[in-house]
Amino acid sequence: MTTRIDLTSTIAGIRSPNPFWLASAPPTDKEYNVVRAFEAGWGGVVWKTLGDDPPIVNVNGPRYGAWWSGDRRVMGFNNIELISDRAFDTNIAEITRVKAAWPDRAMVVSVMFPLDEQVWRKRLAQIEATGADGIEINLGCPHGMSERGMGSAMGQQPDLIEQVTRMAKAATTLPVIVKLTPNVTNILPAALAAKRGGADAVSLINTINSIMSVNLDAMAPEPTIDGKGSHGGYCGEAVRPIALHMVGEIGRFADTRGLPVSAIGGITRWRDAAEFMALGAQNVQVCTAAMVYGFKIVDDMIEGLAQWMQSKGYARLDDFIGHALPKLTDWKFLNLNYVTKAHIDQDLCIKCGRCYIACEDTSHQAISASKNGERHFEVKDDECVGCNLCVEVCPVENCLTMVPMQAGTDPRTGRAIAHDHADWTTHPNNVMACESVETVVKK
Amino acid sequence: MSATRDVTDKRLTARQYADNFADIKPPLDTHQAAVESDRCYFCYDAPCTTACPTHIDIPSFIYKIRSGNLVGSARNILAENIFGAMCARVCPVEDLCEGACVRNTAEDKPVAIGLLQRHATDALLASGEVLFARAPTSGKRVAVVGGGPAGLSCAHRLAMLGHDVSVFEARRKLGGLNEYGIARYKVLDDIAQREVDWLLSIGGITARTGQRVGVDIQLAQLRRDFDAVFLAFGLGAVNALGISDENVPGVFDAVRYIEDLRQACDLSSLPVGRRVIVIGGGMTAIDIAVQTRQLGADEVTLLYRRGPEQMGASGYERELAQSHGVNVRFWSRPRRLVLRDGEAVGVEIERTELVDGKLVATGRTQVLAADMLFKAIGQTLVPDALDDSAREILDTKAGKLRVDENRRTSLAGVWAGGDCVGVSKDLTVAAVQDGKLAAIDIDRTLRA
Repeated sequence: MTTRIDLTSTIAGIRSPNPFWLASAPPTDKEYNVVRAFEAGWGGVVWKTLGDDPPIVNVNGPRYGAWWSGDRRVMGFNNIELISDRAFDTNIAEITRVKAAWPDRAMVVSVMFPLDEQVWRKRLAQIEATGADGIEINLGCPHGMSERGMGSAMGQQPDLIEQVTRMAKAATTLPVIVKLTPNVTNILPAALAAKRGGADAVSLINTINSIMSVNLDAMAPEPTIDGKGSHGGYCGEAVRPIALHMVGEIGRFADTRGLPVSAIGGITRWRDAAEFMALGAQNVQVCTAAMVYGFKIVDDMIEGLAQWMQSKGYARLDDFIGHALPKLTDWKFLNLNYVTKAHIDQDLCIKCGRCYIACEDTSHQAISASKNGERHFEVKDDECVGCNLCVEVCPVENCLTMVPMQAGTDPRTGRAIAHDHADWTTHPNNVMACESVETVVKK
Repeated sequence: MSATRDVTDKRLTARQYADNFADIKPPLDTHQAAVESDRCYFCYDAPCTTACPTHIDIPSFIYKIRSGNLVGSARNILAENIFGAMCARVCPVEDLCEGACVRNTAEDKPVAIGLLQRHATDALLASGEVLFARAPTSGKRVAVVGGGPAGLSCAHRLAMLGHDVSVFEARRKLGGLNEYGIARYKVLDDIAQREVDWLLSIGGITARTGQRVGVDIQLAQLRRDFDAVFLAFGLGAVNALGISDENVPGVFDAVRYIEDLRQACDLSSLPVGRRVIVIGGGMTAIDIAVQTRQLGADEVTLLYRRGPEQMGASGYERELAQSHGVNVRFWSRPRRLVLRDGEAVGVEIERTELVDGKLVATGRTQVLAADMLFKAIGQTLVPDALDDSAREILDTKAGKLRVDENRRTSLAGVWAGGDCVGVSKDLTVAAVQDGKLAAIDIDRTLRA
């Protein structure tokens, strides 16, 4: 009997038939694109950021840069495009038409205005009149707009975040999502500020300050516009780990816990979305993957997520959202009694020797390279600290694994395997008084 | 033209000749090289390097292709194998580096090491960069007999080490089998001569072409005039079939014909039979079989007295023959020629089989008609270069010169390598290694 999978998603009261939205970016700049996206199956969009009139202007040279794998797969991406460069009313008219034609899809409008209450009141009223489901405040754009005191320039100052969120909330009855910048050392003050300002949700991460590459012939950063370049916003698969961390932080800290999160950052496949949601995100927003492959990828995202949920017995998104959060903790609470040793499956080993040289040159000299004069790689348990480097460099899936020691004595330390938990907070080498109770989110 | 045999030139149109002799393995472009180089796992103590007779640091040269450092990549290759560009084309890589690639285990598809090596070395040759500098002159002079891969490899290494080298080559051009052997579609754009020219650009090497040692100049003389001698004159005679009256019209020597193919300006001037039979199982047999097909022969049959397992030609070569329409008949040996008007017009073959590991004739025979019959059953050393004082280094039983692991003969001041010695397989890459090892030992000896 197959479970009936319900992918319906709700965040800050905004419903969508699935949790896959397109992020505020070039793919959502106008009616034509958004209609194509809805036809392809996307659950919602955040319309590309609207500014006050007169509209901004973009460069007419290259706006994007990329980092490629050997076969030219886009691993990381950046851009110096600004917010919508079309007139406010043009966008409003299109949003109105699209929302009317696609009532079941989430239509959120991204905005960026200066700290002027009049402007917020006027513009948000116009947006509300389109029938849109919510607004997202762009506090993350790290280039261009930030030089004018908006985007990440606001997003890096918690007091401004709070102020602008409050201003937006006062100006509309629509749910307000605050989009945060990752260009901060700690995401929590920004998230807290949004919460204090009354945000209904936060979305993160926006792009990261970056220089994509340097053209060594022109001696100029890329993308290069008439001989010069500027920093841009970094995104794509490469930023996903950073985004996962920040989403996880918001989910696990008491003061921000419960603040709905719309996760953004390198989401390319359904699995990426599931990971963000396991760390507490209500839904996800995608941009780079769509820009690289087109809108059709949502088909796999929807189907893959549903398949996986079915295989796990999850009927609804809420059945697994946040389920990995209780296991996200501080280093100091990790069990020091847990001992693992690398193990090489000789049947799978192709004898490339990468594990050996990685361990030999840069780690613990815990792998041998020959046996009876033959090329043969084997872990020396008495040297292996369980660091996992060999697993990461092995090109064969499941050939190298970390095997927990269940009993006996760790041949490296000579200590018996203990089954109780012992962490840094209780370790005799720890001269600092530490809190001894782990604080975790109990879902 | 023969009255009895259908042998003619101009069997094809100009376009067909061009298509049939185009690059059999086209080079990688920059993107393909990036994709392919990304597949290399950069193995520790890499099996491919071990499998290479010259021990090129293959992971390093591939890593450098990936990084766009083509000069550095070529340096890795050429430092160990000065004929890196030719070897990239002619090495039986499936038996050597690519055969050892760990990707075979993982996915049955090795990294295309040969093509990557070609990518790097072609770029280097195109750039004309000399790459290697000569050490301060040693004042020592070395004679190299034979300007093929072994001889020139030795000469280049010696020149690098500061010695002055004279290369005595019987033919008009340097290059040996790189120039006169090898199937034409593997070595386009005069690559053999371009590589030789590049190699000589290091300086310190004097080429004396048209000088046959044993005829124009004697070995004893070279031993007197030079501080050391390296013998690399290859093999001369083509082996006989061992059947009676084989020296008749209609029977051809594959090595000679391939030479004509390589040197021909106009392929349409080469006469080729309608029905061709090739006897042999090595690379030369494949090369002549495929190339006569490509010249327009209707039927090409390759006869080999043993099975595919014993064949000298690699699996890739065998497939090449079959994909080009060559009919490969294993377990078949020629018994006698069929003559008409004093010309060979066919061959009677006999089936063979293995009995207790021994090849035996079965007595089952069949006659095959042929307009051209090629002998491609190996070559024998012709010891013309060896005067009486040097006869001792010839191992008459093996038909090769005898050398130690440093390619040193028992004769003082004389080293030898390449096809005329019996150390390793008769491959270009093995000859290059012979020359390199001999040069290192000569240098060591001269400086002692």
